Parts: sequence; C-alpha cells; structure tokens
Amino acid sequence: MTTVETPSTREARGDIATSDRARGERRLGLYLTLPSYIVMILVTAYPLGYALVLSLYNYRLTDPGGRSFVWLQNYWVIITDPVWWNDFVTTLMITVITVAVELLLGFWFAFVMLRIIRGRGPLRTAILIPYGIVTVVSAFIWRYAFAIDSGFVNQWLALGGFNWFGDRWSAIFVICLSEIWKTTPFISLLLLAGLAQVPEDTQEAAKVDGATAWQRLYKVTLPNMKAAIMVALLFRTLDAWRIFDNPFVMTGGANNTETISFLAYRQNVTLVNLGMGSAVSVMLFLTVVVIAWIFVKGFKTDLSQVRGGQ
Amino acid sequence: MKQVHRQWRRVLAATGALALAAGLLSGCSGGGGTPLLTWYAMPDNGGAGARAQQCADASGGAYRVRLETLPNDATQQREQLVRRLAAGDSSIDVVSVDVVYTAEFANAGFLRPYTTDEQARLTAGMLPAPVETGMWKNTLYAVPFKSNAQLLWYRKSLAAAADVDPTSAGFTWDEMIKAAVGQSKKISEQGARYEGYMVWINALVLSGGGQILENADAGRDARPDLQSRAGEKAAEIIGNLARSTAPADLSTAKEEQGRATFQSDDGMFMLNWPYVLAAARSAVKEGNLPQSVVDDIGWARYPRVFPDMPSAPPLGGANLGIGNYSKHPDEAVALVECVNTLEKATQYMLDEGEPSPYAASYDDPEVRENYPNADLIRDSIAHGGPRPLTPFYVDVAGSVIQTWHPPDSVNAETPARTDQFMADVLSGRRLL
Repeated sequence: MTTVETPSTREARGDIATSDRARGERRLGLYLTLPSYIVMILVTAYPLGYALVLSLYNYRLTDPGGRSFVWLQNYWVIITDPVWWNDFVTTLMITVITVAVELLLGFWFAFVMLRIIRGRGPLRTAILIPYGIVTVVSAFIWRYAFAIDSGFVNQWLALGGFNWFGDRWSAIFVICLSEIWKTTPFISLLLLAGLAQVPEDTQEAAKVDGATAWQRLYKVTLPNMKAAIMVALLFRTLDAWRIFDNPFVMTGGANNTETISFLAYRQNVTLVNLGMGSAVSVMLFLTVVVIAWIFVKGFKTDLSQVRGGQ
Repeated sequence: MKQVHRQWRRVLAATGALALAAGLLSGCSGGGGTPLLTWYAMPDNGGAGARAQQCADASGGAYRVRLETLPNDATQQREQLVRRLAAGDSSIDVVSVDVVYTAEFANAGFLRPYTTDEQARLTAGMLPAPVETGMWKNTLYAVPFKSNAQLLWYRKSLAAAADVDPTSAGFTWDEMIKAAVGQSKKISEQGARYEGYMVWINALVLSGGGQILENADAGRDARPDLQSRAGEKAAEIIGNLARSTAPADLSTAKEEQGRATFQSDDGMFMLNWPYVLAAARSAVKEGNLPQSVVDDIGWARYPRVFPDMPSAPPLGGANLGIGNYSKHPDEAVALVECVNTLEKATQYMLDEGEPSPYAASYDDPEVRENYPNADLIRDSIAHGGPRPLTPFYVDVAGSVIQTWHPPDSVNAETPARTDQFMADVLSGRRLL
C-alpha cells in the first residue's frame, strides 16, 4: 500500500458500499441483529399499531357498546385542551432543568472518576449507588424528606410548616431534585466512557502546541466525545420527557404537576378511556420522535457510522 | 469448558425449580374437585375473611374460599378490578364494589346479574336505599354488604350557647353556619379535592330537591342538571361556608382532619360517618381525649338545604357482585347469601363498625348498646341519597370536583360552568 485511503476520500468517490469489508460487515450486522429485530417488531410495532388504531375511536373499556370511530377528533381535543398544554409545560420544565443540571454534574463526576488515582473503586461505587435504587423508592425517600409531618428538610432549613408539595413550582423543584439525584450517575457513566475514548496523545499534542486547559477541553476533549455526549443527552432527555414515578408518588399530579406520561396513564388506566388515552400516548411518542430527530440533526452525528477500528 | 458445564447445570436447575413451582401452584388451585371461590374483598380487620371461612366450613364441602384483599383506596380498588374484569379474569368469583362503581361494572358486563328469585332472597329485609345502589336498569347486579350514611355531629354545650337545636326537624345549613360563626367555632366538612367533596356536593344538591344528572341511565348522553334551584343553593351554601370563619382548612380537609378539629376546643359541628363516635371513645380509652368531650357530642339528621324539604344524607357502603367470568357462579351466589345474612351483617356492624343494610340490625340489643344513635343511622340510610348511578361516574365526579374546587371559589356561576364542562367531558370534547 503506497497510498492511504481515508474514509472521506472513499466517501467522496462514492464507493463505500462496494468495499468487500463493508459489505461483509453489513451482512454480518444484519444477521446478528435479525433476532432482536423480529422481537422488536413483535413487542413494539404491534402495540404501537394497535394504539394508533385505538386512538381514532371514542372507546371506553367499561362502555364497550358506546365505541365509535371518530377519525382524528381525539387529537384535536388534546391539542386544543389546556390540560395537555399545562402538562406539556410541566414536562418541559422538568426535562430542561434536570438534563441541564445533570449534564454539568455528570461531567464533573466523570472527570473525577477518570482522574482519581486513589480510592477509584469506592468513589465510582458511591457515585453509582443512587442509580441502583428503584425510582419509586427514591421518590418515596424524597417525598418523606420533604413532607410536612415526617420530613427533616423543613427542620434543617428552619422553614417551619412550608408545604413543598402545596405549590406547583416548589413541588417541581423537589421532583427535579429527586430526578437529578437519581439519574446523574447514568449520565456521568456515559460521559466517562466518552472521556476514556479521547486519545491521550491528542491531549499531549495540544499541550505541546501550548493550548490551555480550557482550550484543550473545548478544542480536543469535547469534539472527540461528541457521540458520547449525544448519546448521554438523548437518553436522558427522553427519560426525563417520559417522567412518571416522581410526580405520581410525590404529588399524585396535584397543583399542576401532572406530566404527559401521567396524563396518558390517567386516561388509559384510571378513566379507562382507551381512545383518548391512546391518542395521548401517540402524541407522547411523536414528541419523543421529534426530540430524537432534533438531537441527531443538531449534533450532526450518525450513530450507525460510529464504528470501532476507524 | 468446566465453566460452561457449570452454567448449564445452573440453568437446568433453575428451570427444574420453576417447573416444580408451577406444578405446586396449579396443584393449589386444582384441589380435588371442590371449587375454590376467590372473593376480592375490601380491607377490614378480618371480619370478611372470618365470615367467608365460616361459610366455607358450613357449606359441607360445596366450596372453599380464598380472600384477595383490595387496596385501601376506592379509586385503586376500581382500577385493579376494571383491569382484571376487562381481561375476563375468571378467578374473580365474588367481588366487593363501592356503591358508586356498581353501575359502571354492571354496564360493562363485568357482573353477573342476580335473578329475580335471588334478588328477592338476598335483599329481603334490607333498607331500599342501599339496594338501589346495586341496581342498574332495573336489575340487581350487586347486593349491599355494608352501608353507611353521614350524620350531623355537634357539641351540645355550644349548640345550647348558640340557642339552636340541631335535632329539630327544620335545622338548615344556613342556621348552622350562622350559629358557628356566632360562636367563633368550626364546622368540619370534607372539602379536599377528592371523593369526599363530591359526597358533600351531591348531598346538598339532593337535599335541595335536585340532582347532578337528569337521566343517569343514559350514560354518556346523560344531561348535567346542576344549573337549577337546588344546584345554585348548594353552590351558595358551599361558597358561604368556605368564605366564612367557620371551616378550619376546608380545601384540604378529609374525614380524619375534620374529626380532629371537631374534637378540639374549636369544634362545634361536623358532617361525618358514624365511625367517629367509636373513634372518639377509643381515643378516650387511650387517654388522648377527655371523657367530657365524648359526653358533649350530640347527633342529628343531616341538615336541610331548604327548611321545608327533608335532607338526603350522603349514602356510602359497598356491594357484593358475582364476577361475570366466574367458573362457579352458583357457589358464588351461595357464598354471598351466606356471608350476607342478617346475623352476619349485624355482627359485622359490631366487629368492624360498618353499618348494616338490614333494618332489623338496628333493633339488635347489642347494636343499640354500642350505637346510641342506631335509630338515627337507620333513618339516615333509609332516606339517604346515592351519588349518581351512572357508568361514567368517574367522569361525572371528576368534572364536579374539578370545577368546584377550591370551595371558596364556588359562586353563583359555578353550577352552569360545571354543566358545560361535564357535558363536554362526557361527550369526549374535553380532557379530564
């Protein structure tokens, strides 16, 4: 080999698909994913399709005789109803606050976990413990901590009888706090994986060229772990967007703390209003698709092209 | 290689254990031909379970009984039962259903209707009002197991000081509010955003001669009817009470907070279920309440809305239905008949403090000894007003509670707004 082909020159020639190795890899990949692909179709595509069909009906589980086809009326009701928009705003607030705080905290934790020499094991364990706790349990822990009767927070902060769950914003604050405590380990773990992949020699090269610590962070570290950041942000945003446990346990949706998942739950499970509930679920799904699309486009990273050995 | 072997052995062992467990489980339910009936019962202090066991023993091997305890909260009870019954769960033989959900279950085909013959046998001697809660379209779907009615409780000394007689026939809400405000004391009522608030609103509307739904039978097409003389008077009473000095913490008050307020030095009137007297007595026994407070407690029929119209006290309780997918409906009917005899219902009232649906229970000497207000409870149940018997009760109650909460926001326009909102919710034009 006298010339070295870089991926970009190959792409420019448009012959990436004809490369034997790429073709073989693609076929192998297809075979390897085929079983899970079939399972996915069975367990996700079918229910999704069924929900789509149901969402076009006015259908109450306890009133089977009253089932009627209403086209897109359920969707129209939802997007013109203040309940949906109220829940939308609540969900958006929780998502933006928790993901922003978690990203910063997660980076900090990831750096600490990467750089620490002594006590690395205990530190990583300590950081990861909250993530191992069941969300409902953590929700109860935080609820009891902030409750008027059994909580210690009011006593510590000398707040007297302040009812944290009696007001929308203070309740959202506690919900976010619990969410951040619980899931920051997840984001920091993903970021740690990204950090560990940044080649040490590029750092050294930058150092030799006289880059400051900040410049190394912005010009070398962050661009090299773009895929990891995107995965972390995407996963966390989608998780936060579908938040259910914390509001359910802490406020039961009172004082405008109901989230979109909660609305879907209430329509489907409490009111057994399957038509409307399915429509809410489909809307939730569409928002999730939009979020994922924004992230993938915004980061200009195609995850399927991130391969080892390139 | 060794490692792999050991793993395989572990998998095999686990599979074997699972198979064994499955065999044991199925063995449990198969059990030698005697049908095993499952009763999804509401949590109590063991009264239902003990009675079910007695009946199984007395059945001479006709059936065995297993009790499945439902969650505490009526909403969660309903959620669990709806999920199971909608999926055609054949393990539900007998089911305890709150009075407000009986119509929904019956309409959905979840309950096996009782035959007219069974209806006559099972409801003989019962007060008509609780039986009415088990009816849907003139058929009995659930037979009353326990009943309940709210009473007006008052402190005798304070009523005397205010020169009012709550036991007099024409005692109204307006007089009560005036008396409490005059004495700077409290009226305890349930105004939190939950079912208890609906109980109150419904009782006021019925006592005023109105109704929340004009034709509850029509299901989704039922017409809300709060914009009426009764509905407007109910709104006036709730708004006036909420904006007066009489309630302590109306917008968050449930039964137990109300009881605490009533027992404190501030308490004067309370609308609450009969259990409060027994609860006050046991508080005395535990040393948390002076005997003088209990001696000062009086009781009367639910106050009137209009002086010339008898009140309709709030009606509560639970009914027993037969699961429509049960494999042993005949045995299930036998079990219902057995656990629900007059003697057992009377004993249940003594053991669990839940009023009996039978008129004769209140003549029992032991009941009269334990319930000095036995005649009043019977009379209140007999004249009690049920909440709307509609398959869409959750929507109806939800629409009312949402538009009437917090109580101090209720005004003359509230009933009309509720009618509009409820009609929209029922027809699927608004989200609840």
